[in-house]
Amino acid sequence: MPSPRPSQRGVATYRRHLMGGALAVLNKIAQSRVIDRFGIRKPTERVVFEATKTGFRTVGAVSRRFTRKPSSAAPARLHNRTNDLFDLTPTDDQEMIVGVVREFARDVVRPGAEKADASCATPDDVLEQAQELGLTLLEVPEDAGGLGAERSMTTAVLVAEALAHGDMGTAVACLSPASVATALSLWGDGPQQQTYLPSFTGSEIPAAALAVAEPRPLFDPFRLETRAVRHDDGYVLNGTKSMVVRAADAELFVIAADLDGSGPALFLVESDGGGLEVEADPSMGLRAASLARVICTDVRLARHALLGDARPETYAECIRLGRLGWCALAVGTGQAVLDYVIPYVKERQAFGEPIAHRQSVAFMVANIGIELEGMRLATYRAAARAEQGKDYAREVGLARRLCTEHGMRIGTDGVQLLGGHGFVKEHPVERWYRDLRAIGVMEGGLLV
Amino acid sequence: MINLEPTKKMWAFVNQAHQVAAEFVRPLSRKYDLAEHAYPKELDMLASIVDGLGESGQGQGAGAKGVRRGDNGDDSGIRNGSNMASVLSIMEMCWGDVGLLLSMPRQGLGNSAIASVADDEQLERLDGVWAGMAITEPGCGSDSAAIQTTAEVDGDDYVINGEKIFVTAGDRCDAVVVWASLDRSKGRAAIKSFVVEKGTPGMRVERLDHKLGIRASDTATIVFDNCRVPRANLLGSPEVEGDQGFAGVMQTFDNTRPLVAAMAVGCGRAALEVTRDMLHDAGVEPDYDRPPHLQLGAAATYLAMEADWEAAYLLTLEAAWIADNGKPNSLQASMAKAKAARTANDVTLRCVELAGSVGYSEHELLEKWARDSKILDIFEGTQQIQQLITARRLLDLSSTELR
Repeated sequence: MPSPRPSQRGVATYRRHLMGGALAVLNKIAQSRVIDRFGIRKPTERVVFEATKTGFRTVGAVSRRFTRKPSSAAPARLHNRTNDLFDLTPTDDQEMIVGVVREFARDVVRPGAEKADASCATPDDVLEQAQELGLTLLEVPEDAGGLGAERSMTTAVLVAEALAHGDMGTAVACLSPASVATALSLWGDGPQQQTYLPSFTGSEIPAAALAVAEPRPLFDPFRLETRAVRHDDGYVLNGTKSMVVRAADAELFVIAADLDGSGPALFLVESDGGGLEVEADPSMGLRAASLARVICTDVRLARHALLGDARPETYAECIRLGRLGWCALAVGTGQAVLDYVIPYVKERQAFGEPIAHRQSVAFMVANIGIELEGMRLATYRAAARAEQGKDYAREVGLARRLCTEHGMRIGTDGVQLLGGHGFVKEHPVERWYRDLRAIGVMEGGLLV
Repeated sequence: MINLEPTKKMWAFVNQAHQVAAEFVRPLSRKYDLAEHAYPKELDMLASIVDGLGESGQGQGAGAKGVRRGDNGDDSGIRNGSNMASVLSIMEMCWGDVGLLLSMPRQGLGNSAIASVADDEQLERLDGVWAGMAITEPGCGSDSAAIQTTAEVDGDDYVINGEKIFVTAGDRCDAVVVWASLDRSKGRAAIKSFVVEKGTPGMRVERLDHKLGIRASDTATIVFDNCRVPRANLLGSPEVEGDQGFAGVMQTFDNTRPLVAAMAVGCGRAALEVTRDMLHDAGVEPDYDRPPHLQLGAAATYLAMEADWEAAYLLTLEAAWIADNGKPNSLQASMAKAKAARTANDVTLRCVELAGSVGYSEHELLEKWARDSKILDIFEGTQQIQQLITARRLLDLSSTELR
């Protein structure tokens, strides 16, 4: 049940502020079955998207009927927030939302991570529970059925960080539809929002993915080989996108393509419009996200498939907000490594004492802590600037550099500290090692 | 609400500090690097300006007022206060010159110690005194519990004997805060800090060191030979009471480490800015959006340096913010100093490399900053000591478990 919207025609009209938004999230959670289900329900049977199926191709998933709603109504947008104090305290609302996500990550995501990694899929019930937490609603304006009154990249970053503390691959699978909902909220025009957003604010959230990366070395997201050519009254799309999250199940894609040689733009592509093929692309890590390539062959799109105005600044924002999301995941997984190695090195004995008593070991732990905190602060700064409408290109670029470099260092030190035990799947550090290599490689996929 | 920009109320103050650094400090930088041990007479006027900044309400001069927590009784809401102002102003002054900042009258590290642990009577009596800090000895550095200098009670006085080295501003200051043991058989618990004013019989400045960097700042060896100071000059409690007392004197470092981190952030930024200008003149423009591997190596190197600098800057602000809000910041202070100091050293050295023979030459200040930055990873606790503290805190291990 979507929560009731305040009347816009009464004597006094109320806009839902973030407080109201948070209460609505809590209400939704309280009504949902997630709480009851934590760790109880068996994962439902599903066709797994196994590693052995590399090369297996399928046509795009059958999508629901997204019926275009022609409308002259203005699109709904979120406002910027402001604050004039250096402050690292989350708001009470953020505490509540992130608290619930953290529990979900601890009780559902982490216990299921090993299996999700092995089967290259996040179980449906985990995805459903994640959606019941309202993840797709956070960045959608309330006028469009979401929960937001103000933009809150910091909330989105905190949520992504908390989820990735459970498992990065699962977090990516859970957040992928939210990235498309956020893209529609940020750049969709009135008809696009009314056509697609109701699906993301309803009860059955479609799988959806933001596809930017392309499979070639030295990929530059600002120079795409996937091309959209103007044709008749629309576009024809050709090219291959890689690392597309849950592409086989996705009903709606936002695909980045070069528009007539004039630079990158974003297109809304429904999965069963013809011309799409999905090829499983199991990778080093993020396996729970069921990564795949999407091959577009003469995909015909209507004129209104163009998302946003094709201005370079819009596309740059998409890339930056995506990178910010990956930074948040790196911070969450980095924290998972730190939290795991601390008790391990205090218990593991060598030469008659815990290895934590040796400086060479202890200093590695210290450096994980130091660099992780730096990554976190740089990520928060970028997010806070973004939500306040300030320039944040520099901050995202630097945060990404830190999270790529030190995130991977944390991943490799996590394995190193466990020695041979870190190399085997008895411990999660080898998975975190594989996942953390994605930071700095991945483009798109997320949007905070 | 999460926001990592310091309050706009500080901008005017920080901007003033920047003007002082740009117009006053930086232009003197090379002069006193070359004229080691010459007293920078311009600093007397500058000190008055800095005192004025401190009096203007917002500012805390160069940070020597130390950290006094929970003393203004207002617990309502989040504060950006004196600690934040201190680190921000130190960043600006050290963007100008680290050595000259360390030579700023009445802004010594000893002043931080006094401000942090002195009682109200001492605070009043020592107001306006320029105080250096004398801890290190020829036989001990990081292991400050091993100091040999003694302070014996004799009537109403303490009699101090020993030799202290590496006393920053030791020649120019009005007084030094000396660490000495009341009873060497009782270990670290007996270590106390004493204020010894210049001119006290039995105290003499033995010599000044010639150094790799921060040459504008004098570094002295001071000998105490039956040097008699009144009992009232002991800072903190005179009781030898287990490890508590030593923890008290060590706490001074929680307060000075964010300041040293801020020095590193300022010095690193100076090098980054000059290097960026040089890259620009050479036709290289680092791009925050493009993948670094698609940019020139110099641009990618620059971006990697700026990223680490950003982490250092934010960790320093975090440590100050925690102190401003009345919470213990020992972990964050050590993290900030570890990250900022190693980053400043790495950044300044790599900037010299990028700038080539121009960077290596005395024509520019890059080579000087690369020399200055090294001390920041050593004094007030070396890189290794910061890592040790960070590790003990994260692992919850004692100093006997993790040595």
